[in-house]
Amino acid sequence: MEKKTVLNVSNLSVTFRMYSKGMRKGGLKVISNLSASVREGEILAVAGSSGSGKSLLAHAVLGILPRNAIVTGEIEYMGEALTSARLTKLRGREIALVPQSVEYLDPLMKVGKQVSDDKYAVKRAFERYKLDESVMKLFPFQLSGGMMRRVLCATAVVTGAKLIIADEPTPGMSEELAARAMKHFRDLADAGAAVMLITHDIDLALRYCDRVAVFYAGTTVETALASDFGNIDNLRHPYTKALWRAMPQNDFAPTPGTQPYAGNLPDGCLFAPRCDRVTEECTRAAPESRTLRNGEVSCIYAD
Amino acid sequence: MLIEAKNIKFGYSKSKPVINGVNFAADEGERVALVGPSGCGKSTLSQILAGCLNPQSGEVLFENKPLPRKGFCPAQLIYQHPEQAINPRLRLNATLREAWTPDAVFLDEIGIAPEWLNRYPAELSGGELQRFCVARALAPQTRFIIADEMSTMLDVITQAQIWELMLRQIERRGLGLLVVTHSTELAARVCSRIVRFESLTRQGRSTAV
Repeated sequence: MEKKTVLNVSNLSVTFRMYSKGMRKGGLKVISNLSASVREGEILAVAGSSGSGKSLLAHAVLGILPRNAIVTGEIEYMGEALTSARLTKLRGREIALVPQSVEYLDPLMKVGKQVSDDKYAVKRAFERYKLDESVMKLFPFQLSGGMMRRVLCATAVVTGAKLIIADEPTPGMSEELAARAMKHFRDLADAGAAVMLITHDIDLALRYCDRVAVFYAGTTVETALASDFGNIDNLRHPYTKALWRAMPQNDFAPTPGTQPYAGNLPDGCLFAPRCDRVTEECTRAAPESRTLRNGEVSCIYAD
Repeated sequence: MLIEAKNIKFGYSKSKPVINGVNFAADEGERVALVGPSGCGKSTLSQILAGCLNPQSGEVLFENKPLPRKGFCPAQLIYQHPEQAINPRLRLNATLREAWTPDAVFLDEIGIAPEWLNRYPAELSGGELQRFCVARALAPQTRFIIADEMSTMLDVITQAQIWELMLRQIERRGLGLLVVTHSTELAARVCSRIVRFESLTRQGRSTAV
């Protein structure tokens, strides 16, 4: 049976308007040609280094970018454009966010109340994350970092959302707790939810996700199956291969150079300055995304 | 022994010690990984070994003498968050020179671009700042390096970059190394033996990898 696409983002661009010199206005393009989609019953891991636009994607989908952001491109939820009117209705009900920082909890409100007004629903959600019932009556400052993370996860599952966007949900958790949190996301996906998991811990994500979208400098370079990471020859883009080679359990071999800054991007392919297969062709135009072996890749030489 | 911690006790209140009766020892040129659940006291021990915290009881010996109270400490600590370990109001040039003045060859090897020296910390990324912390810790008087989750917040490529250049220096100069990490893969890659924190409260030695 064909699984329905819950969220489809295509050709998303985000530009921040700001003043450059005096009153002159400039734009800083932080995301360009970003695409990603999540289906029912699936976990999509979004991987990439910091500053590659992972969190901005989450904030764009939820419509919580700062006011000076200009968003272009399509964001579709259940096959229809996600307009701001629709978003207001769905946000917190069908679309839930597990935010990146524990600072998103209200410091002056007991955590049980923050998760939901429905006490029984909170109790069930807390049981799931092995939080004691007594925790409901505590304030955020009385909890450890790992407990706050679990409360944040509980706020997302309590809604019974169809789309869960989790932004770095595991740092600060021990290996065992992180594995348990991932297992819960897996359970939610198996029950039919679509989960977008933003992380830079690809190692952990690979054990639980179905597909991986790899971001570099604000654009999608590759979408691969999680199983493709078992063998470097199955990966498509040179950057994804570089990630694979840098993992401690593989070669632990670094690729020189750093990700270019927004506002100082090279022409053509953004990875070209660090790529060992670069030719003049690469610097001419940004490569189009194309389908290759059940995945997507933006590289003219990928095979 | 190059560095030795004997029967260390430390806590923020007298009645509730964070760590108690901890013994640890490492030899010259040895590369040790320290693993254990979060909150067990790995970072506290790291700070005591580097002389940043004073233990309530017990002592840290460096080449059988107490760790120097003044001047340059031969055991240097590299933190998890470089942005918190660097003075935000100093240009990086000044931060680096607090420890020593490296030459251009060294800076090139450690991957620091000359134009970064005139910038403030807020103008560099986490990975770039961490290179300054590594360069600062690798002063000529340094004999032992403690890396406390030094690469956890970096992406895997930057992590591999930093470790490659650090291991090159450590090998060349025969420095000792203690790595605090949650990643068993990283520990197996970098270290010659792995110590579980729990085992330190009984005896100092541990199993080889």
